[in-house]
Amino acid sequence: MTEIGLGHYLTLGAIIFSIGIIGIFLNRKNIIVILMSIELILLAVNINLVSFSIFLGDLSGQIFTLFILTVAAAEAAIGLAIIVVYFRNSGTIRVEEIDKLKG
Amino acid sequence: MIAHSVFFYFFSFIAVISAIMVTASKNTVHSVFFLILDFISISCLFIMIGAEFLGMIMLIVYVGAVAVLFLFVVMMLNVAQQKNQWFLSKTSSKHIPIGIIISVVIFFELIIVIGGWKYKPEFLNSNNVNNINEITNTHSLGQILYTDYIHIFQISGMILLIAMIGAIVLTFRRREGVKTQSYLKQISRERSEGVELLNIDSQKGVKIDD
Repeated sequence: MTEIGLGHYLTLGAIIFSIGIIGIFLNRKNIIVILMSIELILLAVNINLVSFSIFLGDLSGQIFTLFILTVAAAEAAIGLAIIVVYFRNSGTIRVEEIDKLKG
Repeated sequence: MIAHSVFFYFFSFIAVISAIMVTASKNTVHSVFFLILDFISISCLFIMIGAEFLGMIMLIVYVGAVAVLFLFVVMMLNVAQQKNQWFLSKTSSKHIPIGIIISVVIFFELIIVIGGWKYKPEFLNSNNVNNINEITNTHSLGQILYTDYIHIFQISGMILLIAMIGAIVLTFRRREGVKTQSYLKQISRERSEGVELLNIDSQKGVKIDD
């Protein structure tokens, strides 16, 4: 129990991933919290990649984590821009009231 | 070794608690703050297991850029006053058990995968990077990032450029009735429109505005 191995880090990644998915499903507030849950999921993936990279001695995982960071930053910027435009047009970003596509 | 495990449990406990608080907190600004706390504790974990470059980059990119961007958008959209009403209507409370069931199933699937996973022995012996103690993590990352992964590196730069252009184009708004400077009109002005030569009789003066 005191020896911290790969399994501990992978379990931490799994817990944070599941919390992110719960955040996407249960959110009734606004879309910004859903974007934050997506960031949590990407963070869990980063934990997995970095711990595999350290414990297997292969640096490719950390390189991939760098690219995931890049894509996460781009995704956050575009998503927040879309939210700003939507709020400007319709005046709300509550999840229940966004039903223009009748989905 | 005991300090390593103590620090691991400390930081991971903070990370899990703040991840729960991101989804459960009533105020969106508090959610962003807990997201920052989560990123900081995870980057402490990264630094602890030896990926110090990624830990610092996580601090710079996530806390310094992404979380501040979230804070700006929350501030601009004025959603802090909209209180959290989770279980308000019947249609929303229908989603809750399904979401919890799906998340628990995914969690246990991940745990099963982790429990059944074993090291291949040749993977353990090919520990070729961390044995070289003179080279730091940043040095070795740079050595393979700019050689083997140079094309992906440049493509990620293009992704950032496209994201920047897309965000500007999406949020750009041309307002009506605002007097702005038109550089094209200023540059393309000719001498003939601006200057008029008049023959003025002596002692009479001239009237310009007519």
